[in-house]
Amino acid sequence: MAGSAAAAKDDSVLPKPSLLVQGLTVLVVAVAIALPFLAPSYYVQFATKVLLIGLAAMALNLVVGFGGLVSMCHAAFYGLAGYVLALTTPKYDPASLWLTLPLAVGTAALAALAIGALSLRTRGIYFIMVTLAFGEMLYFLFHDTTIGGGSDGAYIYSKPSVAIGSFVPLNLERANSFYFVVLGVVGLSILLLRALVQSPFGHALAAARDNERRARSLGFPVYRLRLTAFTISGALAGVAGYFAAAQYGFVAPQMLGWHLSAMLLVIVVLGGMRGVTGPLVGAVALLGFEEVLKSVTEYWKLVEGLVIIVLVFALPGGLRQLASMVLGPRAEAPAAEPALPAAGEASRA
Amino acid sequence: MDLLTFGVQLLNGVQYGLVLFLVASGLTLVFGILGVINLAHGAFYMLGAYLAYWIAKYTGSFWIALVGGVGISFLAGMLLENIFVRRLYGRDHLAQVLLSFGLILVIDEIRQIAFGKDVHSVAPPAFLQGSIQLTDVLSYPVYRLAICVFCLIVAAAIFYVIRQTRIGMIVRAGAENRQMTRALGIPFDKVNRYVFAVGIALAALGGIVIAPISTVFPGMGDHMLILSFVVVVLGGIGSVAGAAVGALMIGLTDTFGKVFFPTFSSFSIYLLMALVLLWRPNGILGQREV
Repeated sequence: MAGSAAAAKDDSVLPKPSLLVQGLTVLVVAVAIALPFLAPSYYVQFATKVLLIGLAAMALNLVVGFGGLVSMCHAAFYGLAGYVLALTTPKYDPASLWLTLPLAVGTAALAALAIGALSLRTRGIYFIMVTLAFGEMLYFLFHDTTIGGGSDGAYIYSKPSVAIGSFVPLNLERANSFYFVVLGVVGLSILLLRALVQSPFGHALAAARDNERRARSLGFPVYRLRLTAFTISGALAGVAGYFAAAQYGFVAPQMLGWHLSAMLLVIVVLGGMRGVTGPLVGAVALLGFEEVLKSVTEYWKLVEGLVIIVLVFALPGGLRQLASMVLGPRAEAPAAEPALPAAGEASRA
Repeated sequence: MDLLTFGVQLLNGVQYGLVLFLVASGLTLVFGILGVINLAHGAFYMLGAYLAYWIAKYTGSFWIALVGGVGISFLAGMLLENIFVRRLYGRDHLAQVLLSFGLILVIDEIRQIAFGKDVHSVAPPAFLQGSIQLTDVLSYPVYRLAICVFCLIVAAAIFYVIRQTRIGMIVRAGAENRQMTRALGIPFDKVNRYVFAVGIALAALGGIVIAPISTVFPGMGDHMLILSFVVVVLGGIGSVAGAAVGALMIGLTDTFGKVFFPTFSSFSIYLLMALVLLWRPNGILGQREV
């Protein structure tokens, strides 16, 4: 298998996990599976939300961490897929997951393909601004028109059904079943993302991130690589948005807004950009922190803003950096990773 | 649509474009000269409008509000540059995005604590309150005309400073080649601080002059931020002349879009941006890759 061959060599895109990290991973997976049997349903729903935001952030990290492209429109793909579910769900009956999920994800992928095709013509600050603007375009599409209830949003009265003919394997209306489906989807997405970044495609993408000119002169089709990554990433964000809309039973234009896109970026940086599952850890940390803050103070946004500012200056490597500071450099082999390289200065010179 | 209505809409579009230019020129200066992407620009536009409301409420004078709002924002810009922004000059754009997003959350919450979340209005100066009667049913507010004149004066001042003064020369040199400018012993870092503060002050100024004709509300900065981004993308990063061209294009597109196809007027702006990107990825007057 290509993945294991690459992992055996030292030039793997992903950092090699230490024994401690491997042990922790097993523990986390065990807790995640046991959670619905141990915790009250409020926490199961909270965990579902964290998993879905984490999935969107992992999707975003494919372009930010592995592609080196700061996209500010991923909430648009997330929300767009949610809206597709809202628009295709009949008022009194559930929609079929087998029909609506591919439709929603396909729509998100198409939007990502179109936006990516235009945005990837630009670089650096331009790319950030253009993706931000196109994301807002989709936001206004739902905010200003009457599609999907305009600025008020729309309700989804029933969760999608997974029935195949008359066979009903699961009832997604039950919070625990829904949680397990989401857990499974997130697990599959992690496997897909790992396979992607360890494939020749992933290596070429990372090469274009590290030195675009060199990658180009070696004959890599940089534009096409990035567009592929952007489209896959948008589609995966769409998967997260589809299930998020199903969970809340509600969609609103804010789901596509750039505040969520920025929040996803914070999660990506917090969790660390060089691993596939880092953003998931970031989502757990940030949303957990937010939950605690909200119960402590009315001005939680002020504190969160200050924490983000501190993150930028004190922990540019995210929680991974914090872990290696606490546990010593042995916990993570490539601790001295330049998480946020000085790309700005280099390109200006 | 008869010629007079067309003229009035044209004037509205130009006036909107000029205010957009004020805000976007601040953004493009900070981009072009400091190489910093500032998402909090819209937050200062909002803060400017709230400051104007607050100062006008206690002093009763729009002019004190104008000067006070711009002054406070300028000082805030100096302070922010000194504490945070200057540490990010060499760093990745992602760090700048995160810092300014953190600032937005902080500024929003400070606004919430200081001014609440109510919608307010600001009265224009007394002698600008009337309107010019064009026909029996059509009139044009004097204040809107005053905005046009005022914005043109500010625009002329910006162009004069950049093209004709020594400070402008340093700014242009720094935008061209930062390391060389520093190596020549030119006090570029000090100028940086002023550029950032002026950028912030311009955003606040935009918010203040728009306050009497629109309402002052918490989310007003978000929309303006995105519009300014589109203006800068259209015009080319760092180009003040490009910002002027882009701002007028957006002002006119938005105004006439609202007249002809109301629900899709926001959409038409982004369509325009997509077309310009296909034609010139670096903006109409942009030359450099940033």
